[in-house]
Amino acid sequence: MPSSPSPAYSETIIQPRTGWIAINWRELWDSRELLAFLVWRDISVRYKQTVLGVAWAVLQPVLTMAVFTVIFGMLAKMPSQGVPYPIFVYAGLLPWTFLSTAVSNASQSLVNQQALLTKIYLPRLFVPASSVGGGIIDFAISFLVFAVLMAWYGFAPGWGILALPGLVLLTFVASLGVGLILAALTVTYRDFRYVIPFMLQVWMYLSPIIYPVTLVPPGWQLVLALNPMVGVIDGFRSALLGVPWNIPALVISTVAALASLLFGLFYFRKTERRFADVA
Amino acid sequence: MASNSIKVEGVGKLYQLAHQSTLHTSFREALTSAALAPLRRFRQLRGTDASMEDFWALRDVSFTVEPGEVVGIVGGNGAGKSTLLKILSRITEPTEGRAVLRGRIASLLEVGTGFHPELSGRENIFLNGAILGMKRREIVAKFDAIVAFAEVEKFLDTPVKRYSSGMYVRLAFAVAAHLEPEILIVDEVLAVGDAEFQKRCLGKMKEISEGGARTVLFVSHNMAAVSALCSRALLLSHGSLKADGSPASVIQDYLIPAAVEVGGGADLLVAEGRARGMTPVFKALRILGPSGAQAGALLPGDQVSIELSLALPRPLRAPRVGVGVNNARGDRIFALATYLSPQPVARLAGDTSIQASFRLPPLYPGRYSLDISLSTEEGPFLDEVASAAAFEVLQDGYLGSTQPYFPEMGMVLVPSTWKVCGAAEAA
Repeated sequence: MPSSPSPAYSETIIQPRTGWIAINWRELWDSRELLAFLVWRDISVRYKQTVLGVAWAVLQPVLTMAVFTVIFGMLAKMPSQGVPYPIFVYAGLLPWTFLSTAVSNASQSLVNQQALLTKIYLPRLFVPASSVGGGIIDFAISFLVFAVLMAWYGFAPGWGILALPGLVLLTFVASLGVGLILAALTVTYRDFRYVIPFMLQVWMYLSPIIYPVTLVPPGWQLVLALNPMVGVIDGFRSALLGVPWNIPALVISTVAALASLLFGLFYFRKTERRFADVA
Repeated sequence: MASNSIKVEGVGKLYQLAHQSTLHTSFREALTSAALAPLRRFRQLRGTDASMEDFWALRDVSFTVEPGEVVGIVGGNGAGKSTLLKILSRITEPTEGRAVLRGRIASLLEVGTGFHPELSGRENIFLNGAILGMKRREIVAKFDAIVAFAEVEKFLDTPVKRYSSGMYVRLAFAVAAHLEPEILIVDEVLAVGDAEFQKRCLGKMKEISEGGARTVLFVSHNMAAVSALCSRALLLSHGSLKADGSPASVIQDYLIPAAVEVGGGADLLVAEGRARGMTPVFKALRILGPSGAQAGALLPGDQVSIELSLALPRPLRAPRVGVGVNNARGDRIFALATYLSPQPVARLAGDTSIQASFRLPPLYPGRYSLDISLSTEEGPFLDEVASAAAFEVLQDGYLGSTQPYFPEMGMVLVPSTWKVCGAAEAA
């Protein structure tokens, strides 16, 4: 197909910029196919040259669930809001596993793909964003496993399940927000490579995965909800297992997640122009 | 409507270099310094450390390029060529100045950026195409052409990590070559790959530039490629634009800098062509003509001597002193070396000088430059100066004809006699 010469050429102006830089939504939209390709790449290389392949997406949460059930459910007798402990903990692991994988992959994405920063121009937001998106298949598979578990324990979801897409979206928002901040920081300060695993571990204990939010004194629940995963995990349990909704916590967590995304986007844009020089 | 394809105005790029920290004279000082190190490193990473040194990789560069021009950018290492391409590709921002580019830009600074080793050739064509800025349907439309150009039909479904390096480069270049941008920015990517493939890449680039109003910016160390492909060339040196004009004249300026006079001699303590990090050993060079006096202009067949003055920090056994002679296009014509002579030099020490005598071959008239080097059989180079000096070979009717002899005819003049032998007669 011969390409017809476009009469009006797009004009690119290159000059130093300072301060906060607006997001070029137009450019992101124009190159949306690239984002799709990058996500597809991250998905397709995830289990290349592994013996078990996609089975890992099933094994990882199931084994974690088993370990947590034995230690916290059976030995520590952790309360679980009247739900069998295995599915209680699994409902928490579902968004948490997605977020922790997404955040740790996104934060390393720029450093691991330096050539994309120093040898070519592309909307760099896509690099960490594709790492977040790359976890989507694993997320879907763990959902299927959860459906099996629910059937096994005889749980039928109620109307609450309609809130699920919103909660999934919230998980994405939080992952992307934190992932962008950490990706930008890791390019300049390689120390974050060592900080992030530790940070994720602390974050996990600050999220109600092995314990119910109700274990925390009511006044502190709302403070804890500044961690977006509190609203998400609690919401997952309400949507899927019929545990009572904690609306104030959910609202606070939503605001916190949106704030982290907003800050992440702007911090990323601000530091982006130095990436090629420091990477 | 303004019609420039690229307009660069006063572009500069400042980098900050961290200084080596000072030596500590006491244990106490060393301890305090170690304790403060994280703070100092934090400042360095943020770029707010006062001990950082400013370094302008590019300064005050301005030029314009019209649509359809193919512009070669030449210059030595560290001249700022890559920095300029990175700024125009939007990879890094300039510190000052402004550039306006009209049309879709594609840059190819490295072959195979974004290739994933685990993915197959087919998958990488799509991925790399998308990274270079192609739409999915464009890639689909050009897929067969890309595969044919790269000659990887049989290995399309093999992960590229199993490709030979030649196949890898071919595939990567093939994807990039099938982009159809209005502005194509290419760094020294042809340095890889075999000669036959390089030729095809050059052919493809020529096709791209001739195919319409496509503008190409092309960095290369291959002067033959620059003169074959480009309609114009820019010379960068130490971050600023030194020459802008026809490839032939710019290449000559680059290879034989104006600072190197055709005077038959040169002071080499401060030589621009000295290899990076070399401490000067060569002090001066003189070209002596047939009369024994310093001469910048020579005739084919002249008895010539090249005299090198050296200051050696320590005595050197079996030194290898070399002199290479290049023509104005950068082609090496011949070389002289101590170890290639029937009586090699056994030892060099202290302040000394060494002379090479030879009969000048019948070279095509023009400017010639001299590269000199000093090494030993096993050791590394002790000193190396490119374009240390230059001389001119004059036209003097060496062939005994009044007809002109063109460079295309060859680089060496060989007088010949001709006679008609007539038809072979029956004996």
